[in-house]
Amino acid sequence: MHKNKSYNILDAKLDAEYTALKKSIKNRDSYTHVRGESLYVDDVNIRQGTFHAVVFDSPKAHGKIKHIDYSKAEALEGVERILTYKDIPGKNQIGGIIPDEPLFAENEVHFCGMPIALIIAETEFIAREARRLITIDIEDLPVIITAKDAKEKGSFINEPRTFNLGDSEKAFENCEYIFEGETFSNGQEHLYIEAQGAYAEPLENGNIKITSSTQGPTAVQKTTALVLGIAMHKIEVDVTRLGGGFGGKEDQATPWAVMAALATYHLNQSVKLVLNRHDDLRMTGKRHPYESSYKIGLSKDLKILAYQVEFLQNSGAAADLSPAIAERTLFHATNSYYVPNVTTKVLSCKTNLPPNTAFRGFGGPQGMFVIESAIARAADSIGVSARTIQEANLLDENDTFSYGQVAKQVEAKNSWNSAKSLFEIESLDQEVEDFNKNNSVFKKGMAFMPICFGISFTNTPMNHARALVHIYLDGSVGISTAAVEMGQGVNTKIIQIAAQVFSIPLESIKIESTNTTRVANTSPSAASSTADLNGKATLKACNILLERLKKVASKYHKVNPDQVSLKDGFVYVDHEKSQVEWQHLISMAMIERVALTENAHYATPEIHFDKSKEKGHPFAYHVYGTSIITTTVDCMRGTYEFDSAKIVHDYGKSMSKGIDLGQVEGALIQGIGWMTMEEISYNEDGKLLSNALSTYKIPDLFSVPKHVETVPLETDGHVLAILKSKAVGEPPLMYGIGAYFAIQNAIKAFNPNYNMKFHAPMTPEKVLMGLYEKKPD
Amino acid sequence: MITFILNNKTIKTPENSGMTLLDFVRYQQRLTGTKIGCREGDCGACTVLVGTLNSEGFVEYQSITSCISPLGNAHGKHIVTVEGTNLQNKLTATQHAMKANYATQCGFCTPGFVVALTGFALSNSDNNYTNALDAISGNICRCTGYKSIERAARDVVEKLENKKHQSFSWLIDNDFIPAYFETIPDRLKDLELKDLNQPKGKFVSGGTDLYVQQADNLIDNSVHLIAEKDYLKGIKIEKHTCTIGTNSTVSDLWNHTELNTHFPNLKNYLKLVSSEQIRNMASFGGNLVNASPIGDMTILFLALNSDITITTNNQKERTVALKNFYQDYKTFDLKESELIKNISFNLPTKHSYFNFEKVSKRTHLDIASVNSAIYIAVEKEVILEAHVAIGGVAAIPKYLHKTSAFLSGKPLTSTTILEASDRLQNEISPISDVRGSDNYKRLLARQLFFAHFIALFPKLFTLNDFVQHA
Repeated sequence: MHKNKSYNILDAKLDAEYTALKKSIKNRDSYTHVRGESLYVDDVNIRQGTFHAVVFDSPKAHGKIKHIDYSKAEALEGVERILTYKDIPGKNQIGGIIPDEPLFAENEVHFCGMPIALIIAETEFIAREARRLITIDIEDLPVIITAKDAKEKGSFINEPRTFNLGDSEKAFENCEYIFEGETFSNGQEHLYIEAQGAYAEPLENGNIKITSSTQGPTAVQKTTALVLGIAMHKIEVDVTRLGGGFGGKEDQATPWAVMAALATYHLNQSVKLVLNRHDDLRMTGKRHPYESSYKIGLSKDLKILAYQVEFLQNSGAAADLSPAIAERTLFHATNSYYVPNVTTKVLSCKTNLPPNTAFRGFGGPQGMFVIESAIARAADSIGVSARTIQEANLLDENDTFSYGQVAKQVEAKNSWNSAKSLFEIESLDQEVEDFNKNNSVFKKGMAFMPICFGISFTNTPMNHARALVHIYLDGSVGISTAAVEMGQGVNTKIIQIAAQVFSIPLESIKIESTNTTRVANTSPSAASSTADLNGKATLKACNILLERLKKVASKYHKVNPDQVSLKDGFVYVDHEKSQVEWQHLISMAMIERVALTENAHYATPEIHFDKSKEKGHPFAYHVYGTSIITTTVDCMRGTYEFDSAKIVHDYGKSMSKGIDLGQVEGALIQGIGWMTMEEISYNEDGKLLSNALSTYKIPDLFSVPKHVETVPLETDGHVLAILKSKAVGEPPLMYGIGAYFAIQNAIKAFNPNYNMKFHAPMTPEKVLMGLYEKKPD
Repeated sequence: MITFILNNKTIKTPENSGMTLLDFVRYQQRLTGTKIGCREGDCGACTVLVGTLNSEGFVEYQSITSCISPLGNAHGKHIVTVEGTNLQNKLTATQHAMKANYATQCGFCTPGFVVALTGFALSNSDNNYTNALDAISGNICRCTGYKSIERAARDVVEKLENKKHQSFSWLIDNDFIPAYFETIPDRLKDLELKDLNQPKGKFVSGGTDLYVQQADNLIDNSVHLIAEKDYLKGIKIEKHTCTIGTNSTVSDLWNHTELNTHFPNLKNYLKLVSSEQIRNMASFGGNLVNASPIGDMTILFLALNSDITITTNNQKERTVALKNFYQDYKTFDLKESELIKNISFNLPTKHSYFNFEKVSKRTHLDIASVNSAIYIAVEKEVILEAHVAIGGVAAIPKYLHKTSAFLSGKPLTSTTILEASDRLQNEISPISDVRGSDNYKRLLARQLFFAHFIALFPKLFTLNDFVQHA
């Protein structure tokens, strides 16, 4: 198979990667992970007398509460208390961006699964028993399930947003080809294997400590204080680690933590609230479904001259993070293409689903799916491959995005061309063609997916972080930051940074839990920027400490500080190793009464965005890449497998190759899941049908591509990326979008009558129906 | 008292035997490495090993999901959690492979993978990559780090290359398991086992369906565990008939050498049935009386034209054809005090063929949209006998009486098959639900019916003989 020259180049590259991987730093948390010794919320030792809580939630999607009878539940032995909105001492409000979401329903319910009361009992089992004894009478109100229906009824979260570049209306006049169409992309359940949960403990003087499985400790602290009507300093939030977050615990970890704290407030006793899986699936929001309509115009030489799109975001029953997610949809509406005339509009539609929320990509994937659909549709009609149009429109240096930022250090063409040459596109094409010619039951399809993803919170004020670094007497180091470890490996990266600055072994450095008393007023761990922001803060703190230590050493050696450096745990003077070891240096610093603690603050420079003009420079930098996904469809059964995903990814200068590769492969597969088998389903009454792991399927070991080859794009990285190692959490998720189109290309190879669809996910059902679809009359 | 060895410690507990093993290890024993992901056996985060002393004095280990396993089923066994695999101050070979290959991200699913892979190292199955992957087929990683987990599995297989058959000492010497494992066989023999107090209550065998559907009922109420009842066990082959005790698990079938020669594709079919963890627990009887219209094993046995023997306390017995057992949705011919004792069917002859097909949203560890099985005897291109069963298209697991009867005596031609396919469509009545629309299920039923013949007679038929486009 490896018969020609470029395969050898590829092999050499992959081999080099593999070798680098073997040598690269291992995830520091792995040791306790593999031994089952890592502690998550439900593993934390609980105090004697701890109560357990279960949430009573709305069985209806919309209605007026006429009557609730708690008497039987309250009478059950072992039930301590049932709390409702009436028991809230502060505000019954948990809305983060817009204050439109109560913690507990008052007179109306707005979605199935909306919390109404908290049952607190001696055991979770008793609390669940009690929940079954509660009866509720709800007068039905009209239910809105789809974004389109919401738009028709004028039901919105906020004002629509519109981005404009050039004059799209006018530009259509010059287009050779114009296509219009509609697309749908479904939601996606986070399915972090660790469900939502929190543990609240009373401290003295009315203070409460909450251990929470949250990406946003400050959000938990702030909201708890608001609901309890007490000062923020009375609430301490501690996060050890998360058993997966993916955005689902950015905003939606908050209510459970607040409820546990509310119960602690009333009972002066510790309370644990960990959702069981069914409750979690039913009560929490998901990735937003989008219904969109587009109009795309191309010149004769296939340049996209004009693009208009209206995104209907199904926001659910409250704002949650929807406005910010809608905004990012607009930022990524043209993916990695330059389109000179763009008008994009997004409407956050209020429906009776659980409030939808952040999910890896944060609205970006939904935006990109539409332009990829528009391109595929155009290509299909014109009679060229989608790849031809994609390639003809890739971003160039100094192109302007629709939001005014000028593209710099652009790698769109570089990654695309590298993918084509490295993976030997002509022979890939040939393989697919030959296979399809020689097989009648199985057909292959292939699709390219370029990505361009902006890094930074699009809300500029959120781009900051702090690090608190202690060097202890014995030379060991403890670091606290705002970063929450949830599998992305940020702990390891922060250890690497400190180890590099101090030139000490990794083992000498410990990452502390994320705690609001040590690092306050933080942004959530999200937007792929956790390592950048917290890493930069750590770097700054460590450098300040280093300068102090250099002074101590220079005084001892009677030289200038700039003659001193640290290397391999020793002080070097003029690059000559001295006798002074790290520990010795720390002892000297103590004697000199030098501060061995530093707290540094980092705020991303350069970025800004003016919402009144919808123009600015919101992103520190962009991440690029190109994937080629190949699938084989079983045309008898309608099932499919992915042969390969071949990726050229722009890591910049990856500081932790193994960890970053894990992010790329993981995001890719999560993206493929979103596009293929993960199907969220609500009935017309707003009840979740895909309400268990038996009805909502996520990729397993056997559904991932057989071969995933990821080659790093050799670039300089970006100065605003930590150690020039670019953010990697979200961007690769969008490679998965290629899976949707690859499958359709295979269907087309089997059924010439097939009419392309733009309604994700592409389940085996849609595939089979497509394979045997008849020509429309 | 429920008596067993948990890791390196002997447990005697008066707890309710219907309590889940997961709750016992996590909350009574504070072994928090065993995680709660879904409580329905669908994620594998709670995977533990169950060691059973066999008649030769060896302990055989199997992985199970502790979330849907009654504590009482641990009686007399060795239960191993991730903590029970740990070595002092160093990683086991499996743990090291996971770490070295970056196969942990958030870490929550990790202990389940480690335990399942350790179970693979302890098992007697052939040491190869495919079997290693099967061992972790029930483990879900939502960080979707499967490629690195695959690399770890490869490393484990490589490290096991020189493993000696059934040798704990090799595994101990090579850091797969801690040394105390060598003491387990003797300690299991010495366990003072009194028969479990078996109150009247819901009969529970493996528990894999009951604990998904009504865990709260079982945890608090009395259950009557039957997994260890000898008269419900065993696979017997006498002359041309195979009899399977209803307590047999899917894995018992998987591991049965003789059955695998009669059904050369058996393992391929069974791979489509849940995951290794569940196959190690799920009993046939349970699958039959769960009466799911889509039960995989039920469909398979229907096509084998099986009979079931029903017993009351192993005294009175009666026999029913499985195809007449089901009456309506979740109703069937079984009284309160009765148990299915065994299921029997005739083995394939040299003229007969068998095939099983299943399509679900996810190929593995998923409930089918439609599944189907066929048994067909053909001589000189004439169909002597045919039995077709299909699931997911009616209120009951459906034996296609009319289609099967139609096929018998007909020439084996595409015309016959197309006509039979029309009859099949008249016999089914699918409804739209989360597993697919009625139209899809109809189309899929047709396709799987064709697939049987294409799979069984590749020289006679291609897809082109049945459908357009191709």
